Amino acid sequence: MENNGTKAYTASDYKNSQNARWCPGCGDHAILNVLHKAMAAIGVAPHDTAVISGIGCSSRLPYYMNTYGMHTIHGRAAAIATGVKTANPALTVWQISGDGDGLAIGGNHFIHAVRRNVDINILILNNKIYGLTKGQYSPTSDRGTVSKSSPYGTVEDPFIPAELCFGARGNFFARSFDMALDTTREVMEAAARHAGTSVVEILQNCVIFNDGIHSYFADKENRAEHTILLRHGEKMLFGKDNSRGLVQEGFGLKAVTVGEDGYTLDDVLVHDAHARDNFLQQQLAMMDGHELPLALGVIRDYDAPVYDREVARQTEEVKSKKGYSGLRDMIMKTHETWEIG
Amino acid sequence: MLQETNVKTIDKVVVRFAGDSGDGMQLAGNIFSNISAEIGDEISTFPDYPAEIRAPQGSLSGVSGYQVSVGKGVHTPGDEADVLVAMNPAALKTNLRYLKKDGVVICDVDSFTPANLRKAEYATDDPVSELGMDPARVLSVPMTTLLKNTLDDSGLDQKAIMKSKNMLALGVVCWLFERPVESVLRKLQNKFARKPAVYEANAKVLRAGWDYGHNTHSSVPVWRIETAASRPGTYTDVTGNTATAWGLILASEKSGRPLFLGSYPITPATDILHELAKRKDLGVKAVQMEDEIAGVCSAIGASYAGHLAVTSTSGPGLALKSEGIGLAVMAELPLVVIDVQRGGPSTGLPTKTEQTDLMQALYGRNGESPLCVLSAVSPTDCFHMAFEAARIAMEHMTPVILLTDAYIANGSSAWRIPEPGDYPEIHPHILPQNVLEAGWKPFDRDEASMARYWAIPGTERAMHRVGGLEKDYHTSVISTDGANHERMVAARREKVARIADGIPEMTPMFDDGADTILLGWGGTYGHLLTAATELNASGCKVAFWQFRYINPLPRNTVEVLSRYRRIIVAELNTGMFADYLQSHLPGKEILRINKVEGQPFLVKEVVEGVNRLIEE
Repeated sequence: MENNGTKAYTASDYKNSQNARWCPGCGDHAILNVLHKAMAAIGVAPHDTAVISGIGCSSRLPYYMNTYGMHTIHGRAAAIATGVKTANPALTVWQISGDGDGLAIGGNHFIHAVRRNVDINILILNNKIYGLTKGQYSPTSDRGTVSKSSPYGTVEDPFIPAELCFGARGNFFARSFDMALDTTREVMEAAARHAGTSVVEILQNCVIFNDGIHSYFADKENRAEHTILLRHGEKMLFGKDNSRGLVQEGFGLKAVTVGEDGYTLDDVLVHDAHARDNFLQQQLAMMDGHELPLALGVIRDYDAPVYDREVARQTEEVKSKKGYSGLRDMIMKTHETWEIG
Repeated sequence: MLQETNVKTIDKVVVRFAGDSGDGMQLAGNIFSNISAEIGDEISTFPDYPAEIRAPQGSLSGVSGYQVSVGKGVHTPGDEADVLVAMNPAALKTNLRYLKKDGVVICDVDSFTPANLRKAEYATDDPVSELGMDPARVLSVPMTTLLKNTLDDSGLDQKAIMKSKNMLALGVVCWLFERPVESVLRKLQNKFARKPAVYEANAKVLRAGWDYGHNTHSSVPVWRIETAASRPGTYTDVTGNTATAWGLILASEKSGRPLFLGSYPITPATDILHELAKRKDLGVKAVQMEDEIAGVCSAIGASYAGHLAVTSTSGPGLALKSEGIGLAVMAELPLVVIDVQRGGPSTGLPTKTEQTDLMQALYGRNGESPLCVLSAVSPTDCFHMAFEAARIAMEHMTPVILLTDAYIANGSSAWRIPEPGDYPEIHPHILPQNVLEAGWKPFDRDEASMARYWAIPGTERAMHRVGGLEKDYHTSVISTDGANHERMVAARREKVARIADGIPEMTPMFDDGADTILLGWGGTYGHLLTAATELNASGCKVAFWQFRYINPLPRNTVEVLSRYRRIIVAELNTGMFADYLQSHLPGKEILRINKVEGQPFLVKEVVEGVNRLIEE
C-alpha cells in the first residue's frame, strides 16, 4: 500500500508468528500490542527497525517482533543498542529493559547512554520486582518491600527512574502504565519522534510476584485523582472533570481545586516539556501519586546534539577534509617513509 | 680522522637510552633506529617504562629506558646493550645490568651531583667504582655544560635549553656509530617544522655532541654496522599497536565493511584506540565507551549492524568482556577482540609483558564456547594478524581473539608498507539474495564452512532475531531441547575447527635431521628464532616453529610434531601453550622453558634452557 511515496504499515507488519510466552494477565502483553501499533503509526519499515533487549521477562519482547532484534545479555542492552545506532544511524533503535536489567545490572550503561544522547528509544518496563528469577526485590522496589530475597522487608531506598534520567542529564522522559493504552502509544510515538535518547518508563503489573503494586493510581477508580496526563502547552489539570490543577507554591508544587481557596484557572501551571531548564519537569516527574498525582505523558522533550549523528558528522568532516584515498595514502602522507630499492 | 684500527665492524648493535621519563629518551632512540632503517638496517626497539606517569625526578622509580637494536639479523632489541646512555645517576644504576661486560656507558657527568647521587641511593660519591665499572669504558660527557655553552646566545630559556639534552646524547651516539648528523637533521626538520628556533637549537646541540665525541674520545672504538638487505619497497617505522590498528583498517578496505571500534582505555592497549580515533580521517568509527563491557557490547551491536567490529583491551578487560564474547559466540556474529597481554593476575604488572592470557582466551567463558584464537609474533606481524583476525571473523562468522603483548605492542620495527595487490580481498559471509529467497533461516549454515549468514539490518525481508538463548538447528527459534543443544554445540565447534582449512600449515625451520623442535607462540618469536639460529650455528640441531594460529592449530600440527623425539615449548607463563598442545598430543612428553618476570626472554636463557633439556 503506497501512500505519498512511503509505504503505510499496519500493526501486524511488526508482529511475528511467535506466541508471547508471558504469564496470562502480565502487563507486557498490552505493552507489546501497543508497540506494534505505535510502530505502524511511526511508519519506519520493519527492516529499518531494530529492537534490542537485555535479560528478564520484558526482555523477551524482541522475539515477538517482525523487525531486526537482539535478545542480549543481562544489563547490556543500552551498550549494544548504542553500537547498533552508532554504526548505522539510519536504523530506528528501540531498547526494551526491565527495572532490574535497565537500572541495576545495567545502571551504568543506562546513565551513559542518556548522557551521550544516542538516538535510541529506551522503554523501561517497571514492575518493581524480579519476575524471571521468581520474585526478588529490584532497585525500584519501595523501602520495606517483602520479597523472597527480603523476607523481613528491604532496608534500602529505590531509584526513581525519572530522577536517574534527569541526573544523567536526560533530554526526554515520559511515563505511562500498562493499562493506559492510549497514553502508552502516545508516549512511544513521541519517544520515536525525539532525536536523542528517549526514556519511557512504563509501570507494569506483575500478576505473579507483585500483583497490584500500581493499583493505588492505576485502578480505574483511582486514576482521575492519582494521575495527571501532561501535555506540552496545556494546563496541568486532573481529577474528575479536570476540576483540580497544579500550582506553584514556593519552590514546590501544590494540588488545588480550581475555584476553591481563591485559586482560579489562571493560577494553574502550563506544561513546558521543551524547556531547557529541567527544574519544574523534575518536580513533576517526582510526584508519586500519593499527595500529588503521578505524572504521565511526556514530561521532558528537549532537543540537544545527538551522539550518533555527531560521530557520523565528525567522521565525514575529517574524512573529506583530509581526503586520503586509503590506508596506504594516509601513511605515505603523514608518516616518515623511506625507499629501499 | 679516525684511525682505521679504531673501527669495529659488527652485524648488529644494541643501544639503550635511559633517563627520567621526561628526558626524551624515546625520541632519541627512535630517531637513531629510523636513520639506521633508512640505510637498510633491520631494527627492533623496546620501551621499558614505569607504571607511574611522572615519578620524582632523578629517583630510581622514575627511570624509563628505550632499547634499540640495529643491523643485520635483528629479530629482538637484544639481550644486552653495547652502549648505555645514562642521563643521570639513577638511570645508570637501574640500567647497568642491561649492559654487556665490555659495553660502553655514555653519561652526563654534570648530573652526578651530591643531590642526585642521594636520590639514586648511592652510598659513596664515586658511582663508577661503587658500581664496579671500568673507567676506560665510560664516556663522561659534561652534557649540561656543553648545552649551556652551545645555546648561551640562543635566546632560549633554561627549561627549553635543558629539553634538548637528548640531542646532545644522540650526537655522541651518532659519532660512535658513524651516523652522519645530516640524517638526524632531516628528522628534526620534520618534527620542528613550525618551530624554527627550536630546530636550530637542537641542530646545534646535536652537532656539539658529535664534535665532542670526535674531538675528545677518539680512542674509544667506533662501530660500523653491517647493513641487511631488505625487500624493496617503501618503509616506515611502526609499533605493534599501530600496526594492529592499520591491519584492521586494511581489512575494512578489503572487505567493504566499515570499521567500528568500541573500547575503553587500558595499558598497554590504549594506543590502538588512539590510532583508530585519529583514523576518523579514513572513516573509522572509534568510540570510547563507559567501561570494558560497554566496549565489547557496542562492538557486538555494530557487528549486528554490519560493521567490521572490534574491541581492544588487555587481560583484566578481557575478563570483563567474557560474557559479551559468549554472546557473540552464541549469536554467531563476527567480532575481533584484541588482547594486548600484560603481567597478571588482577592489575598485576600493567606495563610489563607476559603470555598469561592464553587460557583465558581459549576457555574463559561459560558453557561450550569455542572461538578462534590467534597471536602476532612481532610488531610488524601485528598488521598481518589483525588483518587475519578480521578476515576469519567475517568469513567464518565467529569472534576471534588476537593475542599480542606489551613487548611487541610497544616495540617497533621497520615495516614495508603493503603494495595494493599484496593482500587478498575479504569475502564477508553476507546473506546472498538467492539464499534469502530460498526460505532462509537465521541459523542456516554454509555447507563447507558451517558459518551462518550475516543478514544486515536494513535488508528487506531478512528481519530476524538473534540472542543468547539456544536456537533450533532447523527453525532458528528458541529451543531448550537437549538433543538440539548438543547438535548446536557440535556445529559451533566444527565451524571453528574448519577455519583450519584456510590457514597455513606448519613448516618448521632448521628441520634438517633435527630430532628436537623448539616451539613458541606470539611475541617471543624474535628471541626464540635468534636462540634457534645460535643453537644450530653451534652444532646443536634444533628445529623451530612459532605458532600464530592457536585455535584452530595448523592442520598438520600433530602429524609434524609426532616426528620429533623432543618437543620443547618456551613461553612467558608457567606452561599454558604446552598444556594446550599436550591435549592434542596425548602420550607425548612436552618439555618446557618458562619465565614469568614481566620481561621478554633473553636469547641466552633460551639457548641454555634448550641445552639443559637436551642433556637431561
